[in-house]
Amino acid sequence: MTPQPVIHVADIQKIYGRTVAVDGVSFDVQAGEIFGLIGPNGAGKTTTMECVEGLRTPDRGAISVLGLDPRRHVYALQERIGVQLQEAQLQKRIKVWKAVALWASLYRKPVEGDRLIEQLGLSDKRNAWFMTLSGGQKQRLFIALALINDPELVFLDELTTGLDPQARRAIWDLVRGIRQRGKTVFLTTHLMEEAERLCDRVAIIDHGRIVDIGSPVELVRRNCPERNVIVLTEDSTALERFRAIPQVDSVSSQGAQFTIRGRDADLVTRVIHCLAEHRIRVIDFRTELPTLEDVFLKLTGHKIRD
Amino acid sequence: MLRGLWRLTWLEIKIFVREPLGLIGTVGLPVLIYVVLGRLLGRVTRVSSDVPRFVSVDLPIFTSLLITANAVLSLAAIIAIYREGGILKRLRATPLRPHTILTAHVMVKLLFTAITLAAMILAGRRYFPVPATVPLASFTAALLFSTVSILSLGFLIASVVPTARFAQSIGSLVLYPMLGLSGLFVPVASLPPLLQSVARVLPLTYAVSLLRGIWRGEGWSVHLGDVIALTLMFVVFMAVSAKVFRWE
Repeated sequence: MTPQPVIHVADIQKIYGRTVAVDGVSFDVQAGEIFGLIGPNGAGKTTTMECVEGLRTPDRGAISVLGLDPRRHVYALQERIGVQLQEAQLQKRIKVWKAVALWASLYRKPVEGDRLIEQLGLSDKRNAWFMTLSGGQKQRLFIALALINDPELVFLDELTTGLDPQARRAIWDLVRGIRQRGKTVFLTTHLMEEAERLCDRVAIIDHGRIVDIGSPVELVRRNCPERNVIVLTEDSTALERFRAIPQVDSVSSQGAQFTIRGRDADLVTRVIHCLAEHRIRVIDFRTELPTLEDVFLKLTGHKIRD
Repeated sequence: MLRGLWRLTWLEIKIFVREPLGLIGTVGLPVLIYVVLGRLLGRVTRVSSDVPRFVSVDLPIFTSLLITANAVLSLAAIIAIYREGGILKRLRATPLRPHTILTAHVMVKLLFTAITLAAMILAGRRYFPVPATVPLASFTAALLFSTVSILSLGFLIASVVPTARFAQSIGSLVLYPMLGLSGLFVPVASLPPLLQSVARVLPLTYAVSLLRGIWRGEGWSVHLGDVIALTLMFVVFMAVSAKVFRWE
């Protein structure tokens, strides 16, 4: 028996004027996982997420979050979830610790604000006004606010957009920390690298529809099984040895460089075996494995950033 | 959720005080106008005896309404800024009830209206002493009541303006002509018929009538009509803004 999903979304649709923002989206999020909704800007990620949070009402379809209906039980639900909104701001002259204290006062069972400030590395910014914080510090404050009620489920919408790579990595570690504390994370991102490194499972969304769902590895295997092994060797027998490997689809060579193509998951292992077995001297060896970026291109026919 | 309301109100008060320009404009300007005009006009009255009406009755009414107009403008601007910055949306994604968030802002405005009125009367008492016959508590209540009613117009403005930059200018465009038609400078009865009917649907007209009456020492019962009109406008403006209000 599979456990009850934390989020269950069934065939929701949301229309603004003539634009169908979300068009029949369905997915489940399981307890304890980091689930990512990935797609380009305008694909319907935020609308979908805000329907799940209870901030918007879908025109059609059903949503259940922690066993509650996000529309009818919005206040009961908000006690149990933590939310970070895309491009949100706070009052310019609110102090960091004041914001945390205000949020703490709004919930029945808040965690200790000062500890949260410390955990998120904002201790020396305790008395700073919101308007003086850097992008990364603002996002860390928003994570703190999302965690203040010790939620079972945390929503993070485009958390690292606009941050430099270093701040981004720091935020990723924080998100992993949230999962380690047994919470479920539902996030959106248009960064494929972020999805690949952070998410246990992702749903790819484009033009309001979900095109595929699975773990990053599964998605790559299912949609882009092609992998390349590139070997640099001066061994004259190499070409026919490589061609003899059963899992290999084709081999091409350019001088001393051989490109071995195949779709089998064991391709790399087989090539290594072959090299060892025939004692082929290797000058260089590298693999080219497809990424979520390639999956996205293949499934949607366009790049995520155009 | 009452605790949330107090917290948020207190916090918004502090944030408001931290904005130096806002504080000077809201509290400082009406006080300054009251003192300067009171001094000038007071001097004139001592010389000749036929300027008295605007001085003896209407200067306090005029500056009181300036306080109210400031409150309305700044409410419309704050709501628009908070919406534009996604602050309203972020607050709504908490257990705070939407009306709690808006009520907190109304409370801040009412508090500063009362503070400004008190500051104005204290600062002006040398040049423009308030006659002992004026029931100050009653007058304060009347001003706060009028302010609540007119703040609902501020909500309406905040509901329909697209950006924060528009809020202030559209607010001024609505409020200051209203002040002109309110009967403060020209009696409503002597306006052209068309403007008379316009004046009758504007809340400031009733606010002027109510505040004037209370300042003169008339009872609330005499101004029941004004109270009803202001209440009615409050209900209508709030109902319309509840329909068209956008959180983002």
